[in-house]
Amino acid sequence: MRTRKLLMGLAGVAMLAGSNFVAPTPAGAQESIFIPMLTYRTGPFAGSGTPIMDGMHDYLTMLNERDGGIGGVMLEIEECETAYNAQKGVECYEGVKDRNPVVINPYSTGITLQLIPKAPVDQIPILSMGYGLSATAVGEAFPWTFNAPATYWSQMSAIIKYIDSQGEGISGQTVGFIYLDVGYGREPIPLLDQLGTDMGFEVVKIPVGVSDMQNQSSHWLQVRREQPDWMIMWGWGAMNPTAIKEAAKVNFPMDRFIGVWWSGGNVDVRPAGDGAIGYLSVNFHGTGTDFPAIQDIIKYVVEPGLSLSDPDVVGDNFYNRGVSNAVAVAEAIRTAQQVTGVSVVTGVEMREGLENFNLTAERLAEIGLEGFMNPMQITCEDHAGAHPVYIQQWDGSAWNRVSDWIEPMSDRVRPMLIAAAEEYLSDKPEWQTQECN
Amino acid sequence: MSDTTLKPSRASMSAGKRNWLVTAALFAAAVVGSLVVGEGSLVYEIFVSPFLFVVEAPDLFVQVIWEGLVAGTLYALLGLGFVLIFKASGVFNFAQGIMVVFGALSLVGFYAAGIPAILSLLLSIAMMYVLAWTVERVVLRPLVNQDPLILFMATIGLTYFLIGFGEFIFGGEPKTMITEEIGLPSGSYSFDFMGGFVSLQKLDIAAAVIAAILVGCLAVFFNKTKVGRALRAVADDHQAALSVGITLRQIWVIVWFAAGIVALTTGIMWGARSDVSFALQIVALKALPVIILGGLTSIPGAIIGGLIIGISEKLAEFYWGPLVGGSIESWVPYFIALGFLWFRPQGLFGEKIIDRI
Amino acid sequence: MFYRETGQFKTSYRTDQAVFPIKQDAIGIWVLLAILFIVVPLTFNDFWLNSIMIPTLIFSLAAIGLNLLLGYAGQISLGTGGFMGVGAYSCYKLTTIFPDVNILIPILLSGFVAAAVGVLFGIPSLRIKGFYLAIATLASQFFLVWAFGRIEWLYNYNPSGAIEVPTRRIFDIAVTGPHATSMTRYLIILSIVVVLTWVASNLVRGRIGRAWMAIRDMDIAAELIGIKLLQTKLTAFAISSYYAGVAGALMVFMWLGAAEVESFDINHSFLILFMVVIGGSGSLIGSFMGAAFIWVLPIFLRSAPDYIGLEIGAATVEHINFMVVGALIIFFLIVEPNGIARLWQIGKEKLRRWPFPY
Repeated sequence: MRTRKLLMGLAGVAMLAGSNFVAPTPAGAQESIFIPMLTYRTGPFAGSGTPIMDGMHDYLTMLNERDGGIGGVMLEIEECETAYNAQKGVECYEGVKDRNPVVINPYSTGITLQLIPKAPVDQIPILSMGYGLSATAVGEAFPWTFNAPATYWSQMSAIIKYIDSQGEGISGQTVGFIYLDVGYGREPIPLLDQLGTDMGFEVVKIPVGVSDMQNQSSHWLQVRREQPDWMIMWGWGAMNPTAIKEAAKVNFPMDRFIGVWWSGGNVDVRPAGDGAIGYLSVNFHGTGTDFPAIQDIIKYVVEPGLSLSDPDVVGDNFYNRGVSNAVAVAEAIRTAQQVTGVSVVTGVEMREGLENFNLTAERLAEIGLEGFMNPMQITCEDHAGAHPVYIQQWDGSAWNRVSDWIEPMSDRVRPMLIAAAEEYLSDKPEWQTQECN
Repeated sequence: MSDTTLKPSRASMSAGKRNWLVTAALFAAAVVGSLVVGEGSLVYEIFVSPFLFVVEAPDLFVQVIWEGLVAGTLYALLGLGFVLIFKASGVFNFAQGIMVVFGALSLVGFYAAGIPAILSLLLSIAMMYVLAWTVERVVLRPLVNQDPLILFMATIGLTYFLIGFGEFIFGGEPKTMITEEIGLPSGSYSFDFMGGFVSLQKLDIAAAVIAAILVGCLAVFFNKTKVGRALRAVADDHQAALSVGITLRQIWVIVWFAAGIVALTTGIMWGARSDVSFALQIVALKALPVIILGGLTSIPGAIIGGLIIGISEKLAEFYWGPLVGGSIESWVPYFIALGFLWFRPQGLFGEKIIDRI
Repeated sequence: MFYRETGQFKTSYRTDQAVFPIKQDAIGIWVLLAILFIVVPLTFNDFWLNSIMIPTLIFSLAAIGLNLLLGYAGQISLGTGGFMGVGAYSCYKLTTIFPDVNILIPILLSGFVAAAVGVLFGIPSLRIKGFYLAIATLASQFFLVWAFGRIEWLYNYNPSGAIEVPTRRIFDIAVTGPHATSMTRYLIILSIVVVLTWVASNLVRGRIGRAWMAIRDMDIAAELIGIKLLQTKLTAFAISSYYAGVAGALMVFMWLGAAEVESFDINHSFLILFMVVIGGSGSLIGSFMGAAFIWVLPIFLRSAPDYIGLEIGAATVEHINFMVVGALIIFFLIVEPNGIARLWQIGKEKLRRWPFPY
């Protein structure tokens, strides 16, 4: 026993000594572009996270394998696991920030909120693609944060527009809003309330706590009581499949149930089986593998075994979401290289690249993603771009597009975004803003 | 008005009874008061309008009760796992939640590996046995006679290990429970009820039936078999049990195995209701208020506690939740349990805690 | 040979009752403080300060709080995460209502709000004991987290529902917000932690601490010798929650910079409970050791494969991490159920007799 204790002590000392080497050493002369990825392949949200991370990882790896990186510079991709936990996310950020990352994709609204104030100080841009703080779309106020292709508010306005275009219009109807009771789920509420008053529909809000994600029977009974004409869901992780199952259980018409683009994973609809047929979800990119670039991913990454992904998942909605994010990162790096003339870009150049970002239809065709997404442009003033989205429907085995591209109500959303940005800056006198001409 | 009714018998009443009466009187006063204040006031919203709604839409009331009953059955199963282990070994097993996930995951995992459904079920039962044996050998045996808090901590350590181990083997992404393959029904019965409809999921009915069968089997096992008697002896007094020749180790393996089977059943049922993912472990926390309400050492307590918590939390969420912004299900069960504990600190059916110097 | 108290004669009660009666210990603590205050800020880089030193200190403070309750007063609480949240939110409200007040004042005051809430949720401890109490305290955890999300006033009606830390300056040096350097924040946290630890160490030696320990060891006996259970138990809850509240305020203001409700979830309560038990319940120094162990171990494990040149995916590292942490916790509990502090004590005993053990 005594020796064992001694050994324990020694082990402890060794561990402390060993941990001396933990601190990452900042790279000296860099030869590659460092893209850290904050992933969550573990924890309650892994179901939604894993395919996204795989898609992103695989597209960037494909660029390395096929083209030798971007502009002749290899990409160094490194994952850091956050489990959707904001503290671990900050820890990951602290671990990578000295290594000249070009951009951070936090993949969690909670982590994004914590990184927004740090970005201008550390000069690392944040690309929160389709999540995060809606107000960061205002480029003058948030020079270092980007949330293209659309904010949650634009997206919500597009959903309302879609509902309004169906049948008798939205006025006088009741819209239920079921959401995950964290910052992410609450984000669109101000806009929804505003639109409700302006357009004359009633909003019923039903929050689902994280601990009740898989225990939603009483929430859906409330839906049965209120009998809303439409349901909108802002769910994530294990909440999505449960909600869809419960909706089927209370006989809610699936074709009147619309999920945010984070509630449209293939893993979300499959557990409900036939009950999920007809379920709608917002999207901004194509699904499936019928794109040359995705075929390249299969050829260069999946088949040689460089991917972590299950081959069947390639082309799934969330996998392609990851691809679209990687495309945005890659094209921004390319733009940054063109605009600044620096080939090994870092955060400062990357910000230039993102502000001059212009992914045209021609360019999409060139990189083998014709029709994959709507052309996307980011400007100095508008870091989201208020790009159109479309509604897709689940037919039991795949997603089908059921609407045209829907333009968000920018005339309503933009003033609210500016007001929210002003509100955010109001108690931060030293905030670094920028002038756009 | 309450005072006059209370006075005559106050001296002879126990503190508990008096508290009950005061509560009832306050409630009555509130109802009367709110009727006077009228519609729209907060008191009215709390004390009158939910009840009016019950009368207005009885079908929804029945449906809520049913949902509460089903959730309660599953909470009861979760609680049962805790109680079995606590009773026999004094270990407050925090790992029960992850055992639920682990059981369900191994079932789905075996099936995905191409093994027929029934065989997978048997294999996952075997898996739970291996788990029980390993836990006894690696965790419990070296920690015998330690402080309960230490044992509790050790089971949290076990939880961490099983989370890592499970994700390492099966991957972190959620899986669909093989409901039909193992013979569970799907679909629902709907019937008209007083101007509305009530729909009962066949799966939920099956869950209730299976839970009842499981509890019945356990009862027979504990009361009629030799091992069961030994187990009760151990639960009563470790030392006395040891001195009459009962092997504690063997008993522990059996109890953990029984808890494992209960966990597997819970995992299958809950997995079928949503999906099989590590988030299920969070749901297992719901068993905690259940077992303190029922008493940590009582099997009937776990069952009745589960039903009380299940039904009351659904009622609270449905009828009162919207008043305060919803999602109150996360804490209401604890307050209900606290309410019961205030009168019986050892839970409804727990052994009376006697302090001696 | 060096660590020996021979020849150190105590000639007054004052010296006999000192916190560190052995001279070497007293010197040791000053050396340690000198290292922490001077050497560490000069030599450590941002990652070390931000991701290791600062969180370790903050969690140590929370662990001391829980240790006062669990290790000294014998009441189990699983609501630490919620109490930390109370501290963070009240600090946020205080500093946004009075933006010109020195930020240290709201941080220290926020603990009192947490203490009040702690007393409220400590009331069940008068009737409920042991695991029943542990689970009952979960009521505070779940209720508080729910309330943080529901009461919009708490986060100033911010649409994202998060609290963001504004920049605050002391003598024109930024101490909170993104402009504050990690060194400034580290030094402030260290000072607060040192002072509060000193307070705690004197508390547990004094009348209050002795009353707590009497209750911990047997509350009926304590009651019989005239200790008021109600008062003493609630004091324990109040002081413990004060520490948790200050730790929560520091966590958000000096470390994370922003927080949403999920930052105070139940996992925190367990994390801190772990720190206390692994460190050694009933030992202040154990709280530091436990916090360091539990916080640093995963970080170390995460970078270990890199360090020895193994290529493993981030997810797999995390899985292995979970397994190793879980296994180590069990291993530690088996080898030394009284925590690292006990190991430390054994080491010191051995050192006293070294090199001639008898």
